[in-house]
Amino acid sequence: MRLIPKLLAATFSALLLVASPSMAQDLQVKQWASACANCHGTNGRAEGTAVSLAGQPADELIKKMAAFKSGERQATIMHQIAKGYTDAQIAAMAAFFAAQK
Amino acid sequence: MKRRQFIHSVGAGAGLTALGLSAGCATVGGSKGKVVVIGGGFSGATAAKYIRMWSEGAIDVTLVEPNPAFVSCPISNLVLGGVKQMADITTSYDNLKGRHGIQMVRDTVVAVDAKKRTVTLAGGSTLAYDRLIVSPGIDFMYDKIPGLNNADAQSKVMHAWKAGPQTATLRKQLEAMPDGGVFAMSVPLGPYRCPPGPYERACQIAGYFKREKPRSKVVLFDANKDVVSKGKLFKKAWADHYNGYIDYRPNHKVIDVDVQTKTLKFDFNDDMKADVLNVIPEMRAGTIARTAGLTTLDNRWCEVDFLTFESVAQKNVHVLGDSIQGAPGMPKSGHMANQHGKTCAAAVVAMMTGQEVPSSPVYANTCYSFVTADEVVHVASVHSYNVEKKTMLTVQGSGGLTPEANKLEGVYAMNWAHNIWADMLS
Repeated sequence: MRLIPKLLAATFSALLLVASPSMAQDLQVKQWASACANCHGTNGRAEGTAVSLAGQPADELIKKMAAFKSGERQATIMHQIAKGYTDAQIAAMAAFFAAQK
Repeated sequence: MKRRQFIHSVGAGAGLTALGLSAGCATVGGSKGKVVVIGGGFSGATAAKYIRMWSEGAIDVTLVEPNPAFVSCPISNLVLGGVKQMADITTSYDNLKGRHGIQMVRDTVVAVDAKKRTVTLAGGSTLAYDRLIVSPGIDFMYDKIPGLNNADAQSKVMHAWKAGPQTATLRKQLEAMPDGGVFAMSVPLGPYRCPPGPYERACQIAGYFKREKPRSKVVLFDANKDVVSKGKLFKKAWADHYNGYIDYRPNHKVIDVDVQTKTLKFDFNDDMKADVLNVIPEMRAGTIARTAGLTTLDNRWCEVDFLTFESVAQKNVHVLGDSIQGAPGMPKSGHMANQHGKTCAAAVVAMMTGQEVPSSPVYANTCYSFVTADEVVHVASVHSYNVEKKTMLTVQGSGGLTPEANKLEGVYAMNWAHNIWADMLS
């Protein structure tokens, strides 16, 4: 029973967190990440043999994108796409995909 | 008010559910209004699905689409070449209703009343909206080709630039053509839907001839002065694979067609008779965009605010996909239309749920073309919102072309197709 006030407090603060100005940020990040869906599936869950981004650890996604961007990692197309995004945008998208289970 | 409602919900023992809902919509269980989408193509179906997803069901969405199923223009050139079938490019609309709760109306919108915020359907009934999304694709300017400006002529000479029955009919015409025949197709002046599409089509039909009718050939009449997209890559493919099968003639603008004798007439060049004609007329925004007063540019294309895709002419009315006047470097492509759909969805959800509209949209274009049955070339670009110029600009240093046609990208291209179809319809 004592749990309930704690749960309430926790859910309350979580609600404030998402309901604060970060909600616009949230939609912005969703818009950025949704651009990947055309090849990597809605919310990063891919069809066919395409690479799924959903559930990949954020730091790994960031590393991969950095390697595409620098040219260290060869690709057919991702090196060209990666160069269009800032490091901050990549970090935000990586966190989004990491959170998709 | 939100807090009070929230506490009430928690009191009712629904705390976690309420929290889950709160990420997407401020009101628990209530509707945040109604969106009507005209056209279930790459942009309209995508916008409909993402508005439902991102509002977590708080916004009602009705999608008005006359066709029973979605038929994809991308990959349709492979159907013309006999490498794929109609079933491979056809996807049901059922999941939009079943999984996403979108109300599907199989009809055509014939009028928009922006003051009353209603649309009228060909069937006679009206639908009310809070926000309207107009995504009717393109229509053809047959008035510029007198011989094709009637229904009978249009039933004989295909454009096959909207995939569906036209694609199936053109394929049948090609199958019926005897070996040794000439297939003549025309490319309109830009801007037109899918810049590399005509050149891919020439490859696919030439591939079919090479395999099955080796004395036949493709004559490609281009109103433009050169290949509009991926020029070097297509010309290399024509030289490598289709020597003697493709006759490319730039600066040939079709101004009339004699349907009886299957003859193309040009502004400056001699007439050309062929066995199968494929005339792709110049294009403009879909008819409903014009009748709704949205074609602000030359009465042809719709200008929009690139943060919201709201029309510059009508409040609460958004225009997406091939109907818009694109930003610099932005092609009329299915991929780009899908990105319009999601950017508009984010803005519409923000506006209808009292959030701030995302101010820095970024998205990419990826366009694969099959130069043989399994080898592919691409062009890609990334587009980012420029605050000063209030438009999308390509990000310097991003994007580019395939160095050489290859089979790996043939696999990626089909993955792209399956993922984008799923992204809009699954």
